[in-house]
Amino acid sequence: MPDIKVAIKSLYKIFGRNPHSMVDLVKGGMSKSDLLEKHGHVLGLDNVNIDVKKKQIQVIMGLSGSGKSTLIRHINRLIEPTSGSIVVDDHNILSMSPAELRDFRRSKASMVFQKFGLLPHRKVIDNVAYGLSIQGIQKEEALRRSNKWIESVGLTGFENHYPSQLSGGMQQRVGLARALATDADILLMDEAFSALDPLIRSDMQDVLLSLQEQLHKTIIFITHDLDEALKLGDDIAILRDGAVIQSGTAEKIILHPADDYVTDFIKDINKARVLKVTSVMAKDKKIKGPEIQDNVIIEDALQTVSQSGSNGAIIVKNGKKVGTVSLTDMIMAIARSTKNTDSDTIYR
Amino acid sequence: MSLLTEFPKMGRTDLRDFKKSIDEGFRDFTKNYGEAIENFFDPLLYFLVWLEKLFLNTPWPIIMASIALLVYFGSKSIKLTIGAILAFLVIGYLDMWEDTMATLAIISVATIVCISVGIPIGIMMARSNRTQTIITPILDIMQTIPSFVYLIPVVMLLGIGKVPGLLAVCIYAIPPIVRLTNLGIRLVDKDVMEASEAFGASYKQKLLDVQIPLALPNIFAGVNQTIMMALSMVVIASMIGVKGLGVPVLRAISNQYLALGVMNGLAIVVLAILFDRVSQSFGKRLQAHRESGHNA
Repeated sequence: MPDIKVAIKSLYKIFGRNPHSMVDLVKGGMSKSDLLEKHGHVLGLDNVNIDVKKKQIQVIMGLSGSGKSTLIRHINRLIEPTSGSIVVDDHNILSMSPAELRDFRRSKASMVFQKFGLLPHRKVIDNVAYGLSIQGIQKEEALRRSNKWIESVGLTGFENHYPSQLSGGMQQRVGLARALATDADILLMDEAFSALDPLIRSDMQDVLLSLQEQLHKTIIFITHDLDEALKLGDDIAILRDGAVIQSGTAEKIILHPADDYVTDFIKDINKARVLKVTSVMAKDKKIKGPEIQDNVIIEDALQTVSQSGSNGAIIVKNGKKVGTVSLTDMIMAIARSTKNTDSDTIYR
Repeated sequence: MSLLTEFPKMGRTDLRDFKKSIDEGFRDFTKNYGEAIENFFDPLLYFLVWLEKLFLNTPWPIIMASIALLVYFGSKSIKLTIGAILAFLVIGYLDMWEDTMATLAIISVATIVCISVGIPIGIMMARSNRTQTIITPILDIMQTIPSFVYLIPVVMLLGIGKVPGLLAVCIYAIPPIVRLTNLGIRLVDKDVMEASEAFGASYKQKLLDVQIPLALPNIFAGVNQTIMMALSMVVIASMIGVKGLGVPVLRAISNQYLALGVMNGLAIVVLAILFDRVSQSFGKRLQAHRESGHNA
């Protein structure tokens, strides 16, 4: 498909003394705990297949130890895989020579780190210009471009501060500006906002989303936080013990959790804020009410409907009626116990 | 039975022949390569002689003023600067000026040699674990073997004079700068190194932009230690013909001149304290950005 930017195919990573001899065992279905117990090897990634679409935010979510940070480091080969392939724009990352790989890291994929990874001995402006200076761009030009990015992440006035003089949130803005400054199409974000407190984190998510509206990068975002995943992700892949257990849009994961693990994961989230009205859309002629857009979330639709005093709403897409939604269905959708999987029928 | 009471040892003649063959082997080596090695070190000798002459021929007020300036710009401390001036005035008044200048010259050259050889070795050690396992025991030997032991081959090879003295000082003084360069680079924050790697930095870019700047405090501690150890070798170096404060100390030992020994000994201590304080506060200022904390 042409709109796939990064294709990860049957990727395995095994840590230990002799990982290559273990690949066949894992492919044969040996579990992570058996591999550790019987052979002393740790299974990092287990047959990971993810297609990251161009200009989208792909979230990879999992708890600690699920292999998500290992996975993102394969994309720019900070970690060598044991087996599998990663293709970016028709180039296999894994067959690149050291020089090609350096070039790829310099201009194709930049990275933002959980612990920022800023150079403590350089000022903010020089940190942002770091990627450019590695590329060999003249200092004057590098500083000019960096200034633009410092402005766009809202750090104007702090150019000559050292990282240690900034708060965590501001340091990560520097990290983000540094990654954006290289003009790479792919942005790898490894738990980029996890070290920040909740308010700052939410701020940074908004910064990222508004930048993405203008820049349209392909972003691979690692997180352990479901709310963050739902807010940012166009697509979400859930990782457990190194294997992808479910991937798809936020709605799909919430409406059809693949197993108990995912069900458990999503049980505490506010579904009204994630599900759109289309997920409970029907064609019921009896329903009369206000017109709402098809991309409205249930939380907002409920408010509109209850204020109008009607029993539902008409869903409109591009000015055309496409269906209806009833008040009861909306309430059912957000109130449904996710354990009760046979009630899927009400959604269509 | 005798095997238990007496340690099984090499036969007397065998042992003598064994030692003799080593001695003769080295003597042959000296005969064949001694001159070439001496010529190799000639530039160092010229530099040392030139520096010594410069220190001795420059009028003392100018030297004094340069020392005061260096101390001030190194430490930014008026107190230390005044202390240095007073100490050098006393040294000169007690007729130790020339010896002090000679010692300053050899310490300076030894420090320059140790830094320019030691830092690259330290960098190599940090780059590979194998290099580290090879070099570490060599450094251990250099630091613990009695100086007199390596003075023997050095004197056999190069005779008595300034260069062998300089070599003896460097052998003893170089390990700290090598060790601390290695340690400093290895201690650089892994996250910063990973970020540098992720942006596609080459080995040279990582070394120059990240590793060395961040290892600087440790490297500086190494320089400081190297200077201290070089100073402590002054007396031993004077045994093989190096001029300086060590010579009167040596004379004092053989003739039991208490005052002479103590005075020159204290002059060495004064030099050591000055070098130490100045290089330490200079090193501290280099890493000012680290301790600035939150003030934004």
